[in-house]
Amino acid sequence: MADGNGARGTADVRPNIQLPIYLDYQATTPLDPRVLDAMMPYFTTKFGNPHSRSHKFGWEAEEGVEEARGEVAKLIGADPREVIFTSGATESNNLAIKGVALFNKDRKNEIVTVVTEHKCVLDTCRHLEQEGFKVTYLPVGENGLIDLDQLRAAVTDKTALVSIMAVNNEIGVIQPIAEAAAIAHEKGALFHTDAAQAAGKIPLDVNAMGIDLMSISGHKLYGPKGVGALYVRRKPRVRLVAQMNGGGQERGMRSGTLAPPLCVGLGEACRIAREEMIKDNARIKALSEKFYETVKAKLPDVFLNGDKDRRYPGNLNLSFAYVEGESLIMGIKDLAVSSGSACTSASLEPSYVLRALGVEEELAHTSIRFGFGRFTTEAEIDYAADTIVNRVSKLREMSPLWEMVQDGIDLKSIQWSDH
Amino acid sequence: MAYSDKLVDHYENPRNVGSFAKGDEGVGTGLVGAPACGDVMKLQIKVSPEGLIEDAKFKTFGCGSAIASSSLVTEWVKGKSLDEAATIRNTDIAKHLALPPVKIHCSVLAEDAIKAAIADYKAKHEKA
Repeated sequence: MADGNGARGTADVRPNIQLPIYLDYQATTPLDPRVLDAMMPYFTTKFGNPHSRSHKFGWEAEEGVEEARGEVAKLIGADPREVIFTSGATESNNLAIKGVALFNKDRKNEIVTVVTEHKCVLDTCRHLEQEGFKVTYLPVGENGLIDLDQLRAAVTDKTALVSIMAVNNEIGVIQPIAEAAAIAHEKGALFHTDAAQAAGKIPLDVNAMGIDLMSISGHKLYGPKGVGALYVRRKPRVRLVAQMNGGGQERGMRSGTLAPPLCVGLGEACRIAREEMIKDNARIKALSEKFYETVKAKLPDVFLNGDKDRRYPGNLNLSFAYVEGESLIMGIKDLAVSSGSACTSASLEPSYVLRALGVEEELAHTSIRFGFGRFTTEAEIDYAADTIVNRVSKLREMSPLWEMVQDGIDLKSIQWSDH
Repeated sequence: MAYSDKLVDHYENPRNVGSFAKGDEGVGTGLVGAPACGDVMKLQIKVSPEGLIEDAKFKTFGCGSAIASSSLVTEWVKGKSLDEAATIRNTDIAKHLALPPVKIHCSVLAEDAIKAAIADYKAKHEKA
């Protein structure tokens, strides 16, 4: 295709770039090669069942798993005995929310969460509503952040659990977790945070922040897919009803034979994240700022979705007014980006997260999430910024909305037809 | 989603992008869709004194299928009479571009745009 040839032509000038460029770090992150190295022996020679107690094969697998558990704990300031392995953040969120809700159902039947949570939290809450629980979905402000007074008003002495994500997957804003946890505790509720996008990206300390349960995903922090963790506080002890019954592994909270290669991979990913977070973040912040400034300098009417300051810089969700998001993505095939979350991008609906921020539908339709991470290079950022500027300019030349706005017409004054 | 070569070609090399002066006597303008729905098409036809569409231009805010659908119809209407142009059906557009089912509405919008442009031209001339 013509596009492919053009892309190769450009790449010749910039030999360090491989196309397409991966800019979807919120969907998943590439496995750090060091993580793969740590995992390999557990696929081959150290293949034992970590729950086998009677021979070396079991012991060495168990040792690997326990070391990994220690690394996960260290990343978040926890005790290793407070970490249980799961299949990923979806399972962790299900276990945390359903587990706590069901354990407390005779005394407390309310849950408080936020409209911009990940679908796996929202869907779990919907499920519990059908089981008779009362769920309050807190709104967010234009900046994507919750209002702590609204949270305080929503939590009652019947609230069993408050669940608020740390970093939003679509727009990257960081919720005031420590403050929210304190409010939950004032009323005797437990506090859970979905930290899938936060763990390894921003500093987290379960004790300093008052977190009772925390969900972690392996593949969002350069670890393998198919593994995650749930932090469950021991002092004071958080009790929950297991959602998977069986051999009583993971302190009875999650039965099933652990997958040592995946656990070891998650542990190694957490170790690297802990040791390199400051360095990684400084790089990612510089790249993200350069990208944003370049694009903004060359294109008018570009809007950043979500709070400007309280954000993880590796997530830049931008709306390009007067062009449509899907046609933009089609035109930037060299950039692997996403409009909204991957789970919903097959639908034509604008993102529910952006709508919750009050972003006008026109702009919600034109939003693209740029995700930068550990392996993003400056050359890639430069190329991406050029690509986006060129394509948006081209699409605006073709956009009747852009033309009207340039002619001084207020788009809101037009009687648009329905279809 | 895998798009057909024809669709990608119209998206990458759109035909007849641009505008005619709206007030021009021989120009009919159709503006359909809504920004909130993610699609707006502006289709303009330039009609000769003999009643033939001698030129057409479009501008579209929308997905690749919407851009391709409008680009395609600017090619199709050229040289046709108003009555002939009015017979272009969305199903023809969808078939030609092999639109996936979720994108059929783009071809519907393109058909609406032709009709709106013709109606605008006719309205102008009834008044005159």
